[in-house]
Amino acid sequence: MDPSVIADNMPAFLAGFRLSLQLTLVAGAGALVVGALVAMLRVSPLGSLRAFGAVYTELLRNTPLTLVFFFTVYVLPQFTPFRFFGYAAAVLALTLYTSAFVAEAVRSGINSVGVGQAEAARAIGLTFGQTLTSVVLPQAVRSVIPPLINVIIALAKNTSVAAGFAVVELMATGRRLAQGNPGESIMVLVGVALFYLVITIPAGQLAGALERRVAFAR
Amino acid sequence: MADSVTADPAAPSATRPTGDPLLVLSGVNKHFGSLHVLRDIDLTVHRGEVVVVIGPSGSGKSTLCRTINRLETIDSGTITIDGEPIPAEGRALARLRADVGMVFQSFNLFAHKTVLENVTLGQVKAKKVKPAQARTTAMELLERVGVANQAEKYPAQLSGGQQQRVAIARALAMKPKALLFDEPTSALDPEMINEVLDVMVGLARDGMTMVVVTHEMGFARRAAQRVVFMDAGQVVEEADPETFFTAPRSERARDFLSKILTH
Repeated sequence: MDPSVIADNMPAFLAGFRLSLQLTLVAGAGALVVGALVAMLRVSPLGSLRAFGAVYTELLRNTPLTLVFFFTVYVLPQFTPFRFFGYAAAVLALTLYTSAFVAEAVRSGINSVGVGQAEAARAIGLTFGQTLTSVVLPQAVRSVIPPLINVIIALAKNTSVAAGFAVVELMATGRRLAQGNPGESIMVLVGVALFYLVITIPAGQLAGALERRVAFAR
Repeated sequence: MADSVTADPAAPSATRPTGDPLLVLSGVNKHFGSLHVLRDIDLTVHRGEVVVVIGPSGSGKSTLCRTINRLETIDSGTITIDGEPIPAEGRALARLRADVGMVFQSFNLFAHKTVLENVTLGQVKAKKVKPAQARTTAMELLERVGVANQAEKYPAQLSGGQQQRVAIARALAMKPKALLFDEPTSALDPEMINEVLDVMVGLARDGMTMVVVTHEMGFARRAAQRVVFMDAGQVVEEADPETFFTAPRSERARDFLSKILTH
């Protein structure tokens, strides 16, 4: 058990870390946008939009992430002109999968805002979109942030699935280093764990800071 | 329906229409599941008229009020506002809702916005009024309802009576043709009821068309031209306030009044 194996392979660790962080940030941003849109579909006055949103969420939320990866890498090219490999495939799969959880978090936040708020907004002539963006969503933000941060933390860890699909992120880096240094595989894995914590612990801290910022008098 | 005595619209004493028909409900029916909450409702409210809707809880009076700006949809019948049928969901409905203000039992002020912002939001978003003009209008209205000095506070910092007066200002800011009040004083502490009723009486004097679901008989006597008594989803009786409260014709109205007048 010699910690120097981490220091000796720092460039490899950092490259893997950077890729994991990048996957988290890019797929996280995409999932927030897509998830918020799906959540809006799910509270829409149109039944067909609500149904689409529900099917989308339930399909992606209830299938293993690995399966979503398989679909984007192997199935999608057979039925569409799109071909995704490696990093692009990982971003797509992680975005789709995570967006379903974002949608659920945002939807529950929307539902946490009293129905009277939306009724009052509609009663002064705001459209459905204006009601959501001016009245409901600003109040939903407070209750959405904690579950949303959980979703992002899960995403940071889920990026490790990309290791199985030719993306040399943190997990794949760890596996290679462990194979190259069979005597120090435990220390290598400890190093991998530490780098994940560098992403996930600040995310939790950020949640607390954001919660305090969006708090307002009621 | 032996005790159902609906006023003859031509009866001289019962109703004194002040203008042309503004809100017209005809043959309106609504169900909540198997519950028939509105049964063949016919009701015409004229421009400038104040109608008080009264009745036991569960009689459908709130639902009736909420159908007029389509916060509740109806199963059959028609509702027209100034001659225009209420459109289905969409931009046309949003425009029409701005024409019919609503004041809720639980105020429903926007919790994340200041009092002033509560009154400017609809003007700016729905009517595209310039923010500076919207603020001027809002301050005038807050002055009128007596809460101008609270303009920068958040709703939670106000008393119930103050919140409800802000809600009235918010509705007035849209320059509505009519105002709907859904039990506007039922959630208020007794000492705050009058400050809200005073504002409403003022509006009535200024000629605002109003439909008011309330049990405040004092208000009905001071401000209303007509009382509509509902029970079990039906309009059972219509009369001017004095007649209704002193000599109700239907058994159900007598029974109801005896219950609320006991104390």
